[in-house]
Amino acid sequence: MAVLRPVWTANRLRGMSALSRDEVAHVAMLARIQLSDDELDRLAGQLDQIVGFVATVGEIAADDIPPMSHPLPLENVTRTDEVRPSLTPQQALAAAPRAEADRFAVPRILDEE
Amino acid sequence: MTDAVVDYDEALQTYDPVMGLEVHVELNTKTKMFCGCSTVFGAEPNSQVCPVCLGLPGALPVVNASAVESAIRLGLALHGSIADWSRFARKNYFYPDMPKNFQTSQYDEPIVYNGYLDVEVPTESGDGTEVFRVEIERAHMEEDTGKSLHVGGATGRIQGAEYSLVDYNRAGIPLIEIVTKPIVGAGTRAPQIARAYVAALRDLLKALDISDVKMEQGSVRCDANVSLRPVGTEKFGTRTETKNVNSLRSIERAVRYEISRQAAVLDAGGTITQETRHWHEDTGITTAGRPKSDADDYRYFPEPDLVPVAPAAELVEKLGGTLPEPPAQRRKRLQSDWGYSDLEMRDVINAGAVDLIEQTVAEGASPAGARKWWTGELARRANVEGRTVEDFGVTPAHVAELDGLVKGGRLNDSMARQVLEGVMAGEGAPTAVADARGLELVQDDGALEAAVDKVIAANPDVADKVRGGKLNAAGALIGQVMKELKGQADAAKARELILAKLT
Amino acid sequence: MTDYTRMTAADIAAALAAGETTSVEVTQAHLDRIAEVDGDVHAFLQVDAEGALATARAVDEARAAGKELGPLAGVPVAVKDVLATEGLTTTAGSKILEGWVPPYDATVVAKLRAAGMPILGKTNMDEFAMGSSTEHSAYGPTHNPWDLDRIPGGSGGGSSAAVAAFEAPLAIGTDTGGSIRQPAAVTGTVGTKPTYGGVSRYGLIALASSLDQAGPCTRSVLDAALLHEVIGGHDVMDSTSIDAPVPPVVEAARKADVKGLKIGVIKEISGEGFQPGVKQLFDESVQLLVDRGAEVVEVSCPSFEKGLAAYYLILPSEASSNLAKFDGMRYGLRVGPEGVASPSAEQVMAATRDAGFGDEVKRRIILGTYALSAGYYDAYYGQAQKVRTLIARDFAAAYEKVDVLVTPTAPTTAFKLGEKLDDPMAMYLNDVATIPANLAGVPGMSIPNGLAAEDGLPSGFQILAPATKDERLYQVGAALEAALQEKWGGPILAQAPELAGKADAR
Repeated sequence: MAVLRPVWTANRLRGMSALSRDEVAHVAMLARIQLSDDELDRLAGQLDQIVGFVATVGEIAADDIPPMSHPLPLENVTRTDEVRPSLTPQQALAAAPRAEADRFAVPRILDEE
Repeated sequence: MTDAVVDYDEALQTYDPVMGLEVHVELNTKTKMFCGCSTVFGAEPNSQVCPVCLGLPGALPVVNASAVESAIRLGLALHGSIADWSRFARKNYFYPDMPKNFQTSQYDEPIVYNGYLDVEVPTESGDGTEVFRVEIERAHMEEDTGKSLHVGGATGRIQGAEYSLVDYNRAGIPLIEIVTKPIVGAGTRAPQIARAYVAALRDLLKALDISDVKMEQGSVRCDANVSLRPVGTEKFGTRTETKNVNSLRSIERAVRYEISRQAAVLDAGGTITQETRHWHEDTGITTAGRPKSDADDYRYFPEPDLVPVAPAAELVEKLGGTLPEPPAQRRKRLQSDWGYSDLEMRDVINAGAVDLIEQTVAEGASPAGARKWWTGELARRANVEGRTVEDFGVTPAHVAELDGLVKGGRLNDSMARQVLEGVMAGEGAPTAVADARGLELVQDDGALEAAVDKVIAANPDVADKVRGGKLNAAGALIGQVMKELKGQADAAKARELILAKLT
Repeated sequence: MTDYTRMTAADIAAALAAGETTSVEVTQAHLDRIAEVDGDVHAFLQVDAEGALATARAVDEARAAGKELGPLAGVPVAVKDVLATEGLTTTAGSKILEGWVPPYDATVVAKLRAAGMPILGKTNMDEFAMGSSTEHSAYGPTHNPWDLDRIPGGSGGGSSAAVAAFEAPLAIGTDTGGSIRQPAAVTGTVGTKPTYGGVSRYGLIALASSLDQAGPCTRSVLDAALLHEVIGGHDVMDSTSIDAPVPPVVEAARKADVKGLKIGVIKEISGEGFQPGVKQLFDESVQLLVDRGAEVVEVSCPSFEKGLAAYYLILPSEASSNLAKFDGMRYGLRVGPEGVASPSAEQVMAATRDAGFGDEVKRRIILGTYALSAGYYDAYYGQAQKVRTLIARDFAAAYEKVDVLVTPTAPTTAFKLGEKLDDPMAMYLNDVATIPANLAGVPGMSIPNGLAAEDGLPSGFQILAPATKDERLYQVGAALEAALQEKWGGPILAQAPELAGKADAR
């Protein structure tokens, strides 16, 4: 977990808000939510307040405390390699906004990997 | 758009390549990584999906125990350490072929770390082979994505398509990703080493029987990271990652191309952009894909729907006892057992016939006979027809039987080839084919002697040459004898008889 | 004529077993009640009369044929709309899943069906269970039966209101930070969040995977135990499911005895700063337990103070990933961006998620995405997980000294609809007493403990037990319930105002 975002860090140092409107827009796109300007106006202030609050977890000295990601101390829960019934293509595709040739039809995919 | 390239050998005078290879292997488990859907290749679209691998709301993953065992066995075969505690993590990014919009993978707690694989490559002088050790950084478990068909646009490629059709049968198939440490010191042999590494890994996976290793079906896929640094310097250059290079030959070509391309950029005073690149099989070049960006902020965190994988020492030990003989070692042993020359062994390996010959010898054939058939007639046929030697319906038992018929003197080579035709045509086992086709050497010495006498009388010039000590000339007479007896003569016997009469 | 809607599930089950009534009659009575009052309450997003009656008929026939049936066979139940029901629309209160019909049943639902319990319908909730008021439902809020202008709690306000309004004797809720217990508190009902892993999460549309847990919403402690027993137990489809029998909850509820039990009052959540009436009722309830033979000691859980902040990092982080699948590609809503001729999948995803998610969901997804992003992970998500460890340690230390812990369930009684809608932080504070149990995975229960002096609205008493010791909740809950009902002369809901009722349901 390396890269520090220069803008955000600089804002911290200047004692500015925790999360600016632009940063909210940026994170929203990372989360694939196209916020309208109105929404940005509304959500940015609220989020700034919330981030200010949740950042207080940093007030606890916990350097030597192990992180807890799960409430149960379970390990090695696996299943045997046995085939179970699948859905039928009809069931699988029943809720698809669009389907064609027994496949899910999706808008053009931007050139990525 | 075609990039400038410089001559490969020239590039290597100035630059030292560093590689990193990431190989994704589809395991041959019966079911997917996290659900009980079948993994059989080629099923009807979206017929091997369930709420889990389709990412339906509410569904939860459960780890396939066989996949974990495969990963541990591979780790041990790569001389790696098996983590006594490892976890799955979510790699978050949006892509339509990924039903949950995160890939369940492993991040900083992989199941296997720190291994190596020794590969055989030609020496730099080219006059022999030597072992090059490729260090393995890690191997981890993850799930495959679905498959998209791109509709519209000229090429059927993703670029320019109007929309795409997604089949999620492949989504959730278990993958192991094997990541090398930076491969340094490869020098001019970098492309060969990359190829040899993937080939050795493929052999190992096959020997372990944990993958179908069908590169043409995508069950082994390679991403090649390449960077250049000026010869004699330490610091690595900026790397590019060429994705989905899916044949041994392409790996060699892609690495070679990237070296030439990057050298041209650097020679011109440019800088290398850190980016993914696409390999084009047809034109043999790579083109720029997406630059590294914020989209690579994968927001990894421990997968809360799964619990840690903590293999017990006893399990690891037990699995260690199931490891096959390492492929390179096995090949050495077999070569020595069979008495093949290096060249003969290489032909056998290239024909993919090691296992077949081993089985054929086990069925009673001589190593020389087994090699002759598998790397000779059958390999030639396979090559011409673009198939594999296994595709003809000829079994090691058939070849052993055929070899026995030749050795026992019933068939000569040309008759044996006819028998093989019959076996391939589904006429039955060799003896039955020979019987049905009436193929049998003339065993009557009287008939053979009569034919020899007749041929000597008809070819006095040739007979004189033989008498004069030119034993090779006997070949022409043998041919005539064979013709006389409609091919059903024992050529060795005929030669014996001719020489006895003329010398 | 007997009004079966006013009876506890245990009593209905007894009447069914005795042949005094049929499941069809009981189920129809509840369907009639729903038709009568749900136009006002809006506890249900969908009512499945046909399916419920079909199950009821099948159970009646099985009973007539002398087949052996489970203890709750024929007793109808309502299911929070966050659990997948095969063939029955499941929306999680969101527009993005409008009209989605799952091809499979959640394990909890499969268990209800196997137990012969008619499913009346799907109950309203805050969108994807994010909220404490049910106002974040994309399909309009649920109203508190005690006062229709007030919130029924959340996220499972539909389930608690359905039970409080006698529309269902039993309901299933889910609890990620208090979504079963807080609605129970403000509606005068009983709600249990079992030990994490005690009830399968398979088919529960995940909010925060490491916190979510389904549980019973009822009008009595015994009913909760009976339902807990039906839905609990190991499930191979859930890797985080506990492979052990359901704790002896029914036995404990029947025992209802606290003699010699050590009860801890948590100094940091003892009602200081809470609504005075809530604090007063809490103190009275503790005294009732002492009167019944329990020993009360004060314990300190200093790290609980940071629980809310840790929770509002862990939950959004997990939720941001869990909700990524709602992208308009395979199911649910698909919306194209305005004014784009041939949008890409990426643009359609972003437009769909903007149109399909409400504000609270967007807030939390953005917060969680931010908290997990490079450079911030350690300071936010990583640090929150450490706080989680400290909270678990506080619990462990406390349970060295006591058998159960008790707190008021929520800081206030039901607030007015709209009061905190535009102030997310104020809304989050409702969860302060319930969150620690989710972070540590321990079980918790809320039972009604009276009407606050200042507003006459119900208040809740929370009991917390060590992980897998769920039976202690029922033992203490049933004892306190008995003491309180002795005082009141009947169940608290007898004091609830009559709903006017309308024949014209929505």
